[in-house]
Amino acid sequence: MITIQGKGVSTGVAEGPLYFYKRAVTTLKRYTVEDREAEWNRFKDAQQKCIDQLGELAEKAREEAGDEAAMLFETHQMMAEDLDYEEAIQALIQEEGNNAEAAVTDTSVQFAEMFASMDDSYMQARAADVKDVSGRILNILYGVVQGGIDSEEPVILAADDLAPSETIQLDKTKILAFVTEGGSSSSHTAILARTMGIPAIVGLGDQIKPEFEGRPVIVDGSTGDVYVDPDYDTTAHLMEKQRQQLEYQQMLEELKGKENVTLDGQHIRVYCNIGSPEDVHSVLLNDADGVGLFRSEFLYLNCDDYPSEDYQFEAYKKALTDMGGREVIIRTMDIGADKQIDYFELPKEENPALGNRALRICLNRPEIFHTQLRALYRASAYGHLGIMFPMVTSVWEVREAKKMCEQVKKELKAEGIPYSESVQVGIMIETPAAAVISDRLAKEVDFFSCGTNDLTQYTLACDRQNNDLGRFFNPHHPAVLRLLKMVTDNAHKNGIWVGICGELGADLDLTEVFLSIGIDELSVSPRSVLPLRKKIRETTVSEVKDRLMDDLMGEGKIF
Amino acid sequence: MKEFEFVVTDPVGIHARPAGNLVKEIKKYTDSKISLTNEAGKTVDGLRLMAVMGLGVKQGQTVKFTVEGGDEDAVVESLSAWLKENL
Repeated sequence: MITIQGKGVSTGVAEGPLYFYKRAVTTLKRYTVEDREAEWNRFKDAQQKCIDQLGELAEKAREEAGDEAAMLFETHQMMAEDLDYEEAIQALIQEEGNNAEAAVTDTSVQFAEMFASMDDSYMQARAADVKDVSGRILNILYGVVQGGIDSEEPVILAADDLAPSETIQLDKTKILAFVTEGGSSSSHTAILARTMGIPAIVGLGDQIKPEFEGRPVIVDGSTGDVYVDPDYDTTAHLMEKQRQQLEYQQMLEELKGKENVTLDGQHIRVYCNIGSPEDVHSVLLNDADGVGLFRSEFLYLNCDDYPSEDYQFEAYKKALTDMGGREVIIRTMDIGADKQIDYFELPKEENPALGNRALRICLNRPEIFHTQLRALYRASAYGHLGIMFPMVTSVWEVREAKKMCEQVKKELKAEGIPYSESVQVGIMIETPAAAVISDRLAKEVDFFSCGTNDLTQYTLACDRQNNDLGRFFNPHHPAVLRLLKMVTDNAHKNGIWVGICGELGADLDLTEVFLSIGIDELSVSPRSVLPLRKKIRETTVSEVKDRLMDDLMGEGKIF
Repeated sequence: MKEFEFVVTDPVGIHARPAGNLVKEIKKYTDSKISLTNEAGKTVDGLRLMAVMGLGVKQGQTVKFTVEGGDEDAVVESLSAWLKENL
């Protein structure tokens, strides 16, 4: 048995085979091949596999959505075996001696350019089809597996770390737990694991070795321990722990339907953070009062081009309808920084966390923002919608964004499209600047939601993706907590409510502090709702408030 | 060799899906070589999907079909019937 330890960022015990995430190779290697005929056959094999895969996808689409849906894959199939395309690749391999990967890449670019240069936006968009088909052939040549997991049974997934676009494509039914080399408790893998309710251990570094592939593993998310080839005693001990956790889970079930109220009668709303309309299911399952942060990025990450108004509208409408009248706060797109998307064609930045991201992109490229706001307001007719803008630093930004909201409403009214007049508009407080001028910002909006991950990163000058910073990245830092108090005081003075939608909201060590500060809403991952409710219902705020606030604002024995 | 002209009525023109269907249809005539010429005079092999898409034919534009070999009359007749139905 080999024991290694990382940082447990999502609790639970899981047992299964270890499996390494298979990733697409993004750097193309060019070389001259000796045996051109063999290289050509290698391409032909990959091409045939691609055609077979597309055939299967077409059949699946036909069963699920009919002939029209299948036709897309059939067209892709025909592109893959198109003679012009094939002959161009053949010439590069047989006449120039290029390797198959280089030949496919170059031919893909050549055909994509032909479409892109056509005088017709629909045909220009077909360049993406060529790239898609070529990407599929390249993945086969490289030996990459679609969706990253090629296993019949569920696995414990190992990776260096996973990008947001990768986590979205994962087949989630195949994952028992995550173990990653890098990452931190606020990395995307950690957040995804908590949303899914499965264990995750990050920061294992080079302790995870490739030879562990396929071997039995037990992970304990509460301690951060990973056991490879566990012995009998360890297995028995951890299975017992798993049983106890399930029991705890059952106890939490009993908290469903209960109020989020302290022993001395202070109420606080507990909402959920979600990343796609499908997550609404777990929001309701965990009995949250609403959705406090609906990240709209998935719409952009799932597409090869800017998502259309209708596409966005359907997604928002689904979330609102499924939530059945409970409040859903959707955050406008937070692209940039660690969430990069090719088609946005953002210039490469030295320091993207301090760069062109989120609301900044929206205000600089109003056409993208306009589409999203139209989709949001159209969806507002179908439920209880709130909209919030991320990454605010100045009052003028908020005024400009609100002006666009007004313009969109005016347009919809003129077009006779229904929307709700009671949509609350708020902002994220995630920069020290916004916290410091929260008295002025409070006069502009209906609510604040504090994004503690970024607020901590910007306040402490600690990159949240850098797991080497360890103890320096301290979300309990008095600077962060004092800012939260200041924001709350300013919000309440101006009659608006304030919530926390960062990871900190679920930190049970701080629940008493948040209640003492007077936070009105905590938005947490669905799985954290009931443990948080339990903690709230056990707290007497009047007993702890003076001591905690004196300490926070004073000498700091605790904070 | 037989030629005939056809005006595309499909609102999206000969785009990806219609082009895919058209190439599939043309494949059925294994004895004939069928080519398409757009209004700009560009001629392509009807079996080559990307080339057919590359013609960029829009609604209202005329495509010239050229049929060589096989039972040309029969091919012209059945292909034009298919076009009227589908494009």
